Amino acid sequence: MPRIVRRERLVPNIHLLEVEAPEIARKCQAGQFVIVMPDARGERIPLTIADWDRDRGTVVCIFMAVGTTTRKLALLRGGDDVPIFAGPLGLPSEIRPFGTVLCAGGCFGIAAIHPLVRALKEAGNRVLVLVDVKAGYLLYWADKLRALADEFIVSSRDGTYHSTEYVPRRVREVLERERVDRIHAIGCTYLMSSVAEATRPSGVRTMVSLNPIMVDGTGMCGACRVTVDGKTKFACVDGPDFDGHLVDWNELYARRKSYFDDEIRSLCAWEEENFP
Amino acid sequence: VSDELTPSLKAELLAEFEKDWRKDLRRAIPAKERMKTGRRPMPERPPDVRNKDFDEVNLGLDPEEAVEEARRCLDCAKPGCVAGCPVRIDIPSFIKLIEKGDFAASAAKIREANSLPAICGRVCPQETQCEETCNIRKASGVPVAIGNLERFVSDFERREGGIALPEMAPPSGRKAAVVGAGPAGLTVAGELAKHGHRVTVFEALHEAGGVLVYGIPEFRLPKSILQAEVAYLESLGVEFRLNFIVGKTATVDDLRHEGYEVVFIGTGAGLPNFMKIPGENLVGVYSANEYLTRVNLMRAYDFPRYDTPVFPGRRAAVIGGGNVAMDSVRTAKRLGAEKAVIIYRRSRTEMPARVEEVQHAEQEGIEFHFLTVPTRYIGDDHGRVRAMECLRMELGEPDASGRRRPVPVPGSEFLTEVDLVVVAIGQSPNPLLPQTTPGLSVGKWGTIDVDWETMATSLPGVFSGGDIVRGGATVILAMGDARVAAAAMDRRLKAGSAGRDETR
Repeated sequence: MPRIVRRERLVPNIHLLEVEAPEIARKCQAGQFVIVMPDARGERIPLTIADWDRDRGTVVCIFMAVGTTTRKLALLRGGDDVPIFAGPLGLPSEIRPFGTVLCAGGCFGIAAIHPLVRALKEAGNRVLVLVDVKAGYLLYWADKLRALADEFIVSSRDGTYHSTEYVPRRVREVLERERVDRIHAIGCTYLMSSVAEATRPSGVRTMVSLNPIMVDGTGMCGACRVTVDGKTKFACVDGPDFDGHLVDWNELYARRKSYFDDEIRSLCAWEEENFP
Repeated sequence: VSDELTPSLKAELLAEFEKDWRKDLRRAIPAKERMKTGRRPMPERPPDVRNKDFDEVNLGLDPEEAVEEARRCLDCAKPGCVAGCPVRIDIPSFIKLIEKGDFAASAAKIREANSLPAICGRVCPQETQCEETCNIRKASGVPVAIGNLERFVSDFERREGGIALPEMAPPSGRKAAVVGAGPAGLTVAGELAKHGHRVTVFEALHEAGGVLVYGIPEFRLPKSILQAEVAYLESLGVEFRLNFIVGKTATVDDLRHEGYEVVFIGTGAGLPNFMKIPGENLVGVYSANEYLTRVNLMRAYDFPRYDTPVFPGRRAAVIGGGNVAMDSVRTAKRLGAEKAVIIYRRSRTEMPARVEEVQHAEQEGIEFHFLTVPTRYIGDDHGRVRAMECLRMELGEPDASGRRRPVPVPGSEFLTEVDLVVVAIGQSPNPLLPQTTPGLSVGKWGTIDVDWETMATSLPGVFSGGDIVRGGATVILAMGDARVAAAAMDRRLKAGSAGRDETR
């Protein structure tokens, strides 16, 4: 079983998981994800690969502790085994010399855009990084991203970083200021759809890394189907990156909430069992 | 499958037929006497009890019943049954060994041709294979219960001291990779291990078994049976690498570079088909693959003890008429659906499901709506399915499959309330591996092209079989392919690098 090298809390509710997975570390590319299951009774969930060390053979994922699976993951420690850590899945993000690329990330997406920013820089792009946090104390990996980015902008709604505007507004500010050739947003569905709406009038191609519910992650079940440009796509094998202007966001919102009540029930049952 | 038996197989069958103990058994009871007894029914749990849990429906014959049923077999000089079996089990021999009371030898006899007998005894469509060509069926209409007998001896074997280890060839020092731990992959692994090769099975999911673990429910195929087969393969030295997605974690090329001289691709038909009608992405509309995977592999029937949820559904509609549809609709009933219905566009006689599954479903309170096809799903404000519009069909001229084509009856649309829909209209080959394997020749429908004599693909040393080649067939056909492939792979490994190109 894959062994956890390190699991630490970066900021409240956001955790880092580094796992020994030499094959995945050797193969993975920006934009890909792994399927993780925290224990034998757990659920399989996708986590975006946020970093890797090909020499040490380790892979890093960042997740937010919200439901049963992520709460279980947040309790694991270095040295523990994780029963499933499979990948790298999904198609890698498209990396080319686009010119100026704006990468926007929020929540776990701050980490998820990291390999993308790195790959885009390596391909010779000018990369602007915009991260969203609800409050200043929730910012993490700022140094890592700042070191890569040509410009690093933080949007914090508590005003820590001089502004209280939400990401879409900041994206528009950048678009008004200079020519941007491509935008890529990763984070919660709300962040991605908001950015896509904000950039729609400009016509700048805006990619999003979708995060629907998945089971196997290899195209076998179709749980992750999304409508893009009127056609059904499986996010796990056809994506997870899609053109944000063509995604049926309402459908994605509904499908993400499929098991809302069950998720609460599951978490309550788990808490009662483990923290009576 | 051809009905013609090879001359060597005919000779083998005849040699067994002429053994003294067989003659003695034939003489002991005259054929007329044998024909008088009726077929022993399979004992099963009562429908209104079993449709509320996931325990196995069929209970299996006891030894007396099995011997009695075995006596019904006339031990024909020209056995029709063998010609009906895709893997050519010596059916008369194993049945007569049951009559003789030597159950262990009977099980071993089946294992000569079939690596997964406890599974095939449960899931094979016997009525269109061995039991259809049984000479007694031709004479009296009621064939010997070959499937039930196969199940009996293999269950006996597993319960009494476990599966006997076969004769093993000395280690060859050569490595073989098997991609996918489904029926085909497990069969290839067992065969190559017996020949002394080092076999590693790479499986994308976290349990071995493929469709046997994610698709076929516990009430039809208990997981303990599959686990016993996997443990048996491990005892032969087969190594399982779970959570390893060939094509992603490593490519077929990578495996070749790591010293796997031959590779078998048995990745199955893991890509669910949808009808592409409006509303199919509403919440509550599942592919059968997802629905069954949640319940079987992820144990959603035991939610919240297990973390994966599934909609119980109050009014469940399952689209399709195959075994997967039957499994889905009976699962929905077990999870508490008040109404669980099959929606099938043709009529009862065209249904591809095993007869027993249809009967069981009916007994369990499943409703069947034939000559009906959904045209769209209607959702509520939250994007959840709440109704389905259907169209009535009538049978027209026969189509390419020889079955009468269903044609829509104009103006026959009607609405039904549903809160759970499972689309079980078949699967396509999973493209993940062909996409990442340059040079692998793939047909129009995404199936891998093979030479049927050897199951060799367009890539030297790479073989394939099962649903990824056939598009969507049965466990037994996948096993048959696997045996052909394993023989060719063994020849190639033995020939070594010198004969590489000749033995492709």
